[in-house]
Amino acid sequence: MIRERYINAVILALMVIISIAALWMDEPFTITLATKAVILALAAVGLNLALGQGGLVSFGHAAYFGVGGYAMGILASHAQNYTPLMEVPFLIEGTNQMPVIWLVAVVASALLALVIGALSLRTSGVYFIMVTLAFGQMLYYFAISWPAYGGEDGLSIYVRNEFPGLNTLVPIQFFGLCFAVLCVVLFMVHRLNQSPFGLALMGAHQNEERARTVGINVTRLRLVAFVISGAITGLAGALFADLNRFVSPVMFDWHTSGQIMIFIILGGVARLCGPLAGASLYIILEHYLGGLSEYWQIYLGLILLFVVLFAKGGIVGGLARKEVRHG
Amino acid sequence: MSLLELSGITASYGASQALFGVDLTVGEGEVVALMGRNGMGKSTTIKVICRLLKNSEGSVRFAGQDISGLPAHKAARLGLGLVPEGRRCFTNLTVHENLYASARPGEWTFERVHDLFPRLKERERQMAGSLSGGEQQMLAIGRALMTNPRLLILDEATEGLAPVVRQEIWAAIGALKSSSGLSILVVDKTIAELRRIADHVVVLERGANVWEGTIDGLTTDVKDRYLGV
Repeated sequence: MIRERYINAVILALMVIISIAALWMDEPFTITLATKAVILALAAVGLNLALGQGGLVSFGHAAYFGVGGYAMGILASHAQNYTPLMEVPFLIEGTNQMPVIWLVAVVASALLALVIGALSLRTSGVYFIMVTLAFGQMLYYFAISWPAYGGEDGLSIYVRNEFPGLNTLVPIQFFGLCFAVLCVVLFMVHRLNQSPFGLALMGAHQNEERARTVGINVTRLRLVAFVISGAITGLAGALFADLNRFVSPVMFDWHTSGQIMIFIILGGVARLCGPLAGASLYIILEHYLGGLSEYWQIYLGLILLFVVLFAKGGIVGGLARKEVRHG
Repeated sequence: MSLLELSGITASYGASQALFGVDLTVGEGEVVALMGRNGMGKSTTIKVICRLLKNSEGSVRFAGQDISGLPAHKAARLGLGLVPEGRRCFTNLTVHENLYASARPGEWTFERVHDLFPRLKERERQMAGSLSGGEQQMLAIGRALMTNPRLLILDEATEGLAPVVRQEIWAAIGALKSSSGLSILVVDKTIAELRRIADHVVVLERGANVWEGTIDGLTTDVKDRYLGV
């Protein structure tokens, strides 16, 4: 058995090594692929907190991903067009500063998660899945019918937003920024999992009644976890929109929710670096198998079947050969 | 002054009524044994006290407050510490994490729980699910103590355990009574062990009180008729 922390260190180190090697070999597209994997992993780290630790199978996390994306798109488009976001009752202007955009993305997606969580956590099981899916789809159709920000066609941002001290248009610098954000979030999630909050969340995942008898307010605990989870996925949405310099309703689509869930299942549910392993494998398959056949998702489906049937701990669980402790 | 007071409790599981007017009082520092044969309403009474089951009629007062309308977690925070039937630890957490997740400020700390059950200190980093039955029961008691309860409720605390382990658990419960002055409500059938700790006994039969008094007052007739021993 390899200790999970060593596996996590290797996965993180591999991302850095691949990007530096790509820089050395003058392969900027590989760096962009690595950046995409890191950002999608961040979205999945958010969902993993709700799904892995909390047992909340949310099938609508694309809602927060999309809100984060549109927060970036709306703020940046107004900044680029020199038009205010609103003038009455007070003036709000757009911005192309990433820290401000991230803050708006995190707050907006956290507030949305608070509303969706407060309503959906009244249900459980398949009803919870359906309610979260319904909210995601509502936002998808809202975005489609919102002509002010591109409607179905989406919204292009011509220049990537700025981060103080970095040239974000340089792929390796943008990768470094996204990777640093992922590392900070992973550290925070790791600490959260070891705190009484995280332990109570895992305890309540195993047995709700048992948790309530030791004084744990399970509903509030899950709601807080859901809000944090949504905020992290929202942050990923803002970064993803910046990577592509484009936002579209597809970010809200249920396919996106399913994709985020696939990263977790591939990498390992409730594993700290499972989302990164899963998202990286997905990107590799999408890139290489996608080049061979447009039906590459058939192979992805077979791999997913194998993981679900024979390697329930995903890539990280399979390597660690240790039962997941949070299920 | 009574810490816990149940009067005229009735409760049902759907259409099936399980309690028919249970009365129960536990005083400060008192150890009360709730006895009766299987299916007579002991565990249902515990569920009503801990607010895991709503009573249809009657009142549940704890520390002078009517807790009938409170959810389980709020009742627990008032000082109800439950050790549920069947050693229900969080098996996906370590021993330390089980205690840490439940900890609330008060007299009971990790050190004090480890003093009571030294084996929990030895197994600190071990997953709760990999402990023996006796160790899991110790952990369940330790976890309840870490909530710093005013009333510890033990539901069939030694059921299914090896005799040696049972002795160890009973010794710890005895130590709790003598050293901490904690109020304890214990559900059990072993008269010999309860004799050492129980101040008062309440016997239930078909969801209602049929006898109460001191444990020495349990006559052969009462034992035969209501306890089946």
